[in-house]
Parts: sequence; structure tokens; C-alpha cells
Amino acid sequence: MKVAIPREIHPGERRVAATPDTVKRLIKLGFEVSIGAGAGTGSSMPDAEYAAAGARVVNDVATLWKEADIVLKVRPPELDSALGRQEADLLRPEATLVSFIWPASNDALVKQLAARGVTVLAMDQVPRVTRAQKMDALSSMANIAGYRAIIEAASFFGRFFTGQMTAAGKVPPAKVLVIGAGVAGLSAIGTARSLGAIVRAFDTRPAVKEQVESMGAEFLTVSLEEDGTGQGGYAKTMSPAFIAAEMALFGEQARVVDIIVTTALIPGKPAPRLLDASIVHAMKPGSVIVDLAAEAGGNCEFTKPGQVVVERGVTVIGYIDLPSRLAPTASQMYGTNLCHLLSDMGGAKSWRVDLEDEVVRGALVLLKGELMWPPPRKEAPAPVAAAPAAKPAPAAKEAQPHRSSALLRGLAVAFGAALLLALGQAAPAAFLAHFTVFVLACFIGWQVVWNVTPALHTPLMSVTNAISGIILIGGMLQVSGPPESLVTILAAIAVLLAMINVAGGFLVTQRMLAMFRR
Amino acid sequence: MSESLVTVLYLLSGALFILSLGGLSTQETASRGNRLGVIGMMIAMLTTALGAQVSGSGYLVLAVCVGVGASIGALLAARVEMTAMPELVAILHSFVGLAAVLVGLATYLGPEHFSGVEATIHEIEIFLGVFVGMVTFTGSVVAFLKLRGTLDGKPLTLPARHWLNLALLVVCVVLGTRFVGVPDQGGLQPLLIMTAIAGVFGVHMVMAIGGADMPVVVSMLNSYSGWAASAAGFMLNNDLLILTGALVGSSGAILSYIMCSAMNRSFISVIAGGFGSTGVAPSASAPTGEVQSVDVAETTQLLRDAKHVIIVPGYGMAVAQAQYPLYEICKTLESHGAKVRFAIHPVAGRLPGHMNVLLAEAKVPYDRVFEMEEINEDFPETDVVLVIGANDIVNPGALDDPSSPIFGMPVLEVWKAATSIVLKRGMASGYAGVDNPLFYKENNRMLFGDARKNVEAILTGLRQSYGAQAAE
Repeated sequence: MKVAIPREIHPGERRVAATPDTVKRLIKLGFEVSIGAGAGTGSSMPDAEYAAAGARVVNDVATLWKEADIVLKVRPPELDSALGRQEADLLRPEATLVSFIWPASNDALVKQLAARGVTVLAMDQVPRVTRAQKMDALSSMANIAGYRAIIEAASFFGRFFTGQMTAAGKVPPAKVLVIGAGVAGLSAIGTARSLGAIVRAFDTRPAVKEQVESMGAEFLTVSLEEDGTGQGGYAKTMSPAFIAAEMALFGEQARVVDIIVTTALIPGKPAPRLLDASIVHAMKPGSVIVDLAAEAGGNCEFTKPGQVVVERGVTVIGYIDLPSRLAPTASQMYGTNLCHLLSDMGGAKSWRVDLEDEVVRGALVLLKGELMWPPPRKEAPAPVAAAPAAKPAPAAKEAQPHRSSALLRGLAVAFGAALLLALGQAAPAAFLAHFTVFVLACFIGWQVVWNVTPALHTPLMSVTNAISGIILIGGMLQVSGPPESLVTILAAIAVLLAMINVAGGFLVTQRMLAMFRR
Repeated sequence: MSESLVTVLYLLSGALFILSLGGLSTQETASRGNRLGVIGMMIAMLTTALGAQVSGSGYLVLAVCVGVGASIGALLAARVEMTAMPELVAILHSFVGLAAVLVGLATYLGPEHFSGVEATIHEIEIFLGVFVGMVTFTGSVVAFLKLRGTLDGKPLTLPARHWLNLALLVVCVVLGTRFVGVPDQGGLQPLLIMTAIAGVFGVHMVMAIGGADMPVVVSMLNSYSGWAASAAGFMLNNDLLILTGALVGSSGAILSYIMCSAMNRSFISVIAGGFGSTGVAPSASAPTGEVQSVDVAETTQLLRDAKHVIIVPGYGMAVAQAQYPLYEICKTLESHGAKVRFAIHPVAGRLPGHMNVLLAEAKVPYDRVFEMEEINEDFPETDVVLVIGANDIVNPGALDDPSSPIFGMPVLEVWKAATSIVLKRGMASGYAGVDNPLFYKENNRMLFGDARKNVEAILTGLRQSYGAQAAE
């Protein structure tokens, strides 16, 4: 089977759907790979490297498309102005296209592709399930976008990220606020942290608190409790009261932070407006806002998609091509995602569009021209939120044994007291003297042994082994009778056995303790 | 030597034993503690030898017995492998138990006679002392054989075993009533029958306990051996024996308690036995997700990139003798700026504190070795956790799956680290027979194969990669 990777024609797009490295993997999967001339130029990967990896470099764009069984792309097909033809029309009927498609907003394109009778898999529709993580191109790109957002912010920001104490004076560290702790948000947090900034993050989903903290950022909360967890790991729209509390928090933070990165997206809706004029104006001049939701309308009031604007000294970055600005890495990650998908679909030898496969079915937009999107909604797995509701029940159960154990304890104390009194009545004085020693020794032992460090519990056991050999005293007291009497023989054996304990216990303890060193 | 002097010297000896145990509270004072114990023991032995009750031929017998016993003990202590410490401890318990039985029998047959209440108390003391001694003896022998692997580690669960135990106890009590109050050593027969029954009781009790509970059993027998010595002290009117026995007894009891709470089990349920064989119903929530395996090269890379590493060893590490190359890895990583620590779960290994000894043997400095409570909250800041030969002690099901048989047991929360790598032979479950959801976690990787070979390969890989870096 022939796989073709054309050059991306969208203005400014530097990514490409395969790198020399992923070409090798495709060939290993049994595909014949052709690549459009100059396809890797934007990602600093010259044609020669592709050729060396085993790809055929094709100069003529129309031929490249026509010969291919599978076309791998980054951007959705569009009008090729140099050729004067829409890319979709270059596809051979029966061929397969794998690319970002965004079918919800590209209705016309989907119809056009359907007319060609082709099969289309949308990388943006790969479901977010565990098995599909290796093919999750959105996460790959979001990761890059988050990293790049901080790098862009740094280039517009006039100070160090890390605080420094130099001979020329003290430089305070930058304070970064990341709103939305999805893949992009977490990546931004990690990047800002590793540059040395103080990072705070906010998210409506309480579940991400741990992830945020594991990246070294502080998790901000509003006093209102509301879980913003929606379907597929995304957030949902929050109640008006929550939004008001959220706005108050942002207003407060805006006064102190230097950089805000917003990544808030709700699937199928315009991006929520989080930073209005009053918040932006509250920021210090020289501050930077990076709006990763620019393409969906932006989280900030002043965001202009694809542009950098300055509003009262605050730079608002609305780039929508952040992954493309890190083209070599983005191409490599995207190419690897594609390889995984193609490998999961059987490689060249057993290539199959399996409608039973949850991942393939989710990504499938067109099957031989027939519209397959959106996929039938599967029953959502039981939400995690059900778990806390179940918790109170065991707690209620616990209360009962507790009461009965208190009763038991009371009984035990009463029984012990009664036993002691009985003993005092009946036992002779000599016995009670010994008994006193016994009880006090138990208490001493209890106190002393609790102080032993757990690391020395094994030596403790061997030392107690040795000193429990004290029983040899019992034997010693009885060995002086006639040598042939049973008593003497029994006592002698007892002494011998106990002496093994004494010597063995002390010596092995010494041996062990000598090993412990700092 | 006057009676008062003997008493004072015994007091000194007892005080030294207390100081000896007290010395074990820190590593710095531990060696001194042990020496104090030796001095205490010597004082006790010399005092007894010079006392009124040893004379004439007794010295010869003593010299022979002490000499032979000491030589055997020294030989055992010098020869034992550190992995075999549990066996040594168990067999030493059995000696104390047997000695207590012999002392009890000798006391009964001996010339001293009491009358009235004193006689009754004396006889009860003998009866109890022999009983506890015998249970300790046979129980320790079975524990020894189980630890050595001569006997199968699986719990033996006879039908109606609790009733059987109860019946044995009842028979012992009945025999006791036949024994007490019979004049002129006429109670010897019931005493001997009871001894035999106590032996069966000890065997049966330990046979019913599974391999995972061995640390509890060994500490419990440690406790029994103390009580046996204490009982001997009562029958001989010897305060030093009573005091020392009580010290040992409570020490063992505390260790058993610590082990039980570390497994979230009640002492009774451990002693009743049978765990790990029954009731392991398939967990209601079977783990989901994929097991992701890695190879040595990837593991090496992960370790190289890590700043903060925690190693969680289990008994499997000791069996594979992987602690030596492991510490080399630790040193290699540290010399390149990483922070490497060891985390020890209270029930890792086959004896309380066993892992610490095994790491100490590999020369791991003890200030790199941390207890679960000290280190558990550091996992979220950890880049890589290496789990070697451990399973149940890192099972997240113990915290979040109420249907898990080990639910409620405190565990090392390794899954909170960025990446955890489990070195394991295969997918078999641990002692408790419980599936481990950790293996299916997204940030967990499995490195299958022989632990020692893998650890050595990682070490080689690390050295090569650092070597290459140095060459650049």
C-alpha cells in the first residue's frame, strides 16, 4: 500500500505529517512511502533525509495525491492556489485521508470529500480513552502549545523568570498564572516552573489539583464548591455564582501576577470569556497574556486571533499556530501518533477500517463517501463522582464496632481488676513479690521497646533471643545433684540449649550492628 | 556468696538488660546496648555459678555444657546468611522453649517441696511454664521449617481447626486439674501427656499460618519464649528470670502488634490463621488499563533523567541478591547529582526490620533508608520509583478498593511518583493473592525478568551512558 505525505500548503504552516524517523516506522509497517518535495523544509528536514529513510520524493503534487492509497496530512485539505485545485479533489476515490478535519466546523469540506467517495479519519476526533493515548494528536499538540506559550510570553516579558540575587541587585521571580490545567496548561506550568517562575493554576475540575501540585504549582480555589468535570475529561459550563467568584479571584490575581496563560475550552462552544477589560487593566504594564483559546474566540476580551496586541501596556498574544512554531518536534510527535494509528489499523498487510474498534470508529468521518460522523454515543462509563457518594455508608458502619470495643475494653478492665483482687486474697506474699517484679518488668519492656527504631527490629529480636537465654540460670541451679540423676541431665541439656541462644544471639547481633553504617 | 549479694547482682544484671534494649533505640547506641547485654548475661551467669546452689560436680557439667553451647552458638552466628536470619531467630526461639520445658520438668522432679497454697501455686507455675515452653518449642520448629522452605508455606487448614485447638486446650486444663495437688511427683503422667498435647498444639497453630504472616509468627514466638522464661522464674523463685522474661515477652508482643497493624489485621485473625488461602474472592473492580512493559535501556534512561529516586525493596530483592548492584546504581546516580533513597514497609521481608539488615549488609548507609511513615508523603515529588521484588506493600487497592482483601493496610504510595517501575519475574500476585492495580496504572512500567540480572544490566547501562557523557 502506498502512503503519501504532501507538503502543507496552509500559509505559515511549518509542520509535516511525517519525519524521516516516522517514515522508517511506516516502511517497517509495510507501507510504500512517497513524500512531496519540500514537505519537510518548514520542519528543517530536507528531502535528502527523507530519501535516505526510504521515501520516494515526488515533485508533482497531483501525481503524489493520485497514486496514494493513504494520504497523511496535518491541516484539513484546502484550495491549492498554485495548482488552482482543491486538495480534496486530488484524492483518488477509494483512497483514505488521515488528517485534522474538525468536522463540526468544516461542513462544506466534509461534503466535498464525501462526493469524492473517500474514507476520512480525523485525528482531532480520536476518542480520549486510555488505549488511544499514543494516537492522541490533540494532546501532543496541546503539550507543545503549552510549552511554546511560555516561551512566547518570555520573549515579550521584560524580566527574568527566575529570581536572582546578583552583584547588580536583586531580581524578583516572575509570577505566572495558568488558567485551565489540561494538557496544555500542565505543560505551561512545567515549562514556567523549570524557568524558575512562581506558578499558580486554576481549574474548575477539582480532580486536577493533584496534577497541578505535582508539577510544582500552587492550586488556587474559589470558596464555592462546584465540580466542573464534564465529559471526556473536558470542563463544562459553570453556574453564574461560580463564574462571579472565579472573576473575583482572577481580578485579585491580575494585580500581582506578571504572566497569564489561559487555556479554557469547552467542547462545541465558544471559549469562555475569562479576562474582561477590568481584569486586563488591573495588570501591571509590561505583563503578558497568552491566550491559547484564541482560535475558539479567545478567553481574553482583547485577543485577536493570530496577532499580538498591546492593551494599556499589557501584551496579549493570540497566536493560533503555536505547535507550528515548534515544527520539528510537532511533526515528530504528530507523525508518531499517525504511525500508531496506522499500526493499530493493521499496517499495510492487514489494513482494515474496523467499525468495532472504539478508536477507529470515533475518528472515522467518512467511509467510502458515506458520512459516519458523529459516531453513535456509547454509554458513558460510570462517572468517578459516584465513588464519594458511596463512602459515608462504611463510616456509619464503623461506629458500631467502636461502641462494642469500648464495652469489651471495659469488661477487660473489670475482669483484670477482679483477678488482681482475687490474687491479693489468696496468694502468699512471696508470690506477690515476684508478681510485682513481673508486672513492672512488662511495663518497662513495653516502654523501652517502643523506643527502638524500626530499622533495628531484627537486631532487637536477636538480642532478645540472647537475653531470653537467661533461662540457663534455671538450668544452672539444678545441675549440682548426682550426675546420673534425671534432674541433672535435664538441667544440663537446658543449659546447653540456652547457651547456644546466649552466644548465638549476642554474636549475630554484633555482626548485624557492625553492618549498619552511615 | 550471700543471698543478698546474689540479689543485688541479679538486679544489676536486670538493669543492664533494660539498658541493652534501650540502646537499640538508635543506630549510634545499638552496639553499646548489645555489649551491655553481654555484660549483664556474664554477671548473671557468674553470680549463679558462685551462688550456693552450684557445687562440686555441677561445675564440670556447667563447663562442658556452656562450652559446647557457646561454640555451637558462635558457629551459627558466624555462618548465618542475612537472608536466613528469620530461620536463625526461629530456631533460637525453639531452644529457649525446649530449655523452659526441661527446666520445668527438672523443677518438678527436683528435691524442693512446698506445702499448702504455695505448693499449688508452684505446681501451676510448672504446668504453665512447661505448656508455654512446649508450644514455643514445636511452634518455632515448624516456623523454622516453613521459613527454610522444608515445609510448604501455605497455611494448613484442617476442617474445624478452631474447635480442634479449643479441644486441645480443654484437655490441657483437665490434665492440669489432675496434676495439681497430687503428692510425691505423682502428677508426672498428666504433666507429660500435657507436654505432648502442647507440642501438637504448637505445631498445629503455626501450620495454619500462611507465609505472609511469618513475621508476626516469629515475633509472637519471640514473645512466647520470653513468657516461658518468666514462668521458669516463677517456679524457681528467681526475679532475674521473671524480669528478663517479661522484657522479652513484651518486646515480642510489641513487634507482633506493629506487624499486625502494618497489615491492617487483628492479632487474633493472624493467629487463627488461614489467610491467603480462602476468601480471596475476585475483586469486584478488576483493574483496568494496560500493563506497559519497558526494557532495560528505557529504565536506564528514566533513571538517568531523574533527579529524585526512591527504591522500594521487598523480600524478592533479597532472594535475588540484588541489593549489591542496587546500591552501586544508587551510588552512580548520586555521584551525578540525583537524590536516591530507600523506602521500607514494616512488613517487607520475613522479619521485622529484615530489609534494613539486608541493605546494611550491602553497605547502604542507614541514613538513606527510610521507614514508610517518614517517606510516604515524598512520593509526589519523586521522578522515578523502583519497586524490586515487592508487591502487596505497593498495592493501591489497599487504599481505594474496599473489596480488596488487603483493604485498609497502609502501603507505600509509589503511584504518586511521576513514574514507577516494577521489577518482577512475571504477573503473579503476591503473598496475599491479590491482583495489583498498580501494574495497570498509566504511569507504571513493568520490567520483567530476573531482578539481579536486570539490576546489573541497568547498572552497566548507566555507567556506559555516563561514561559516554564524560567522553563528550
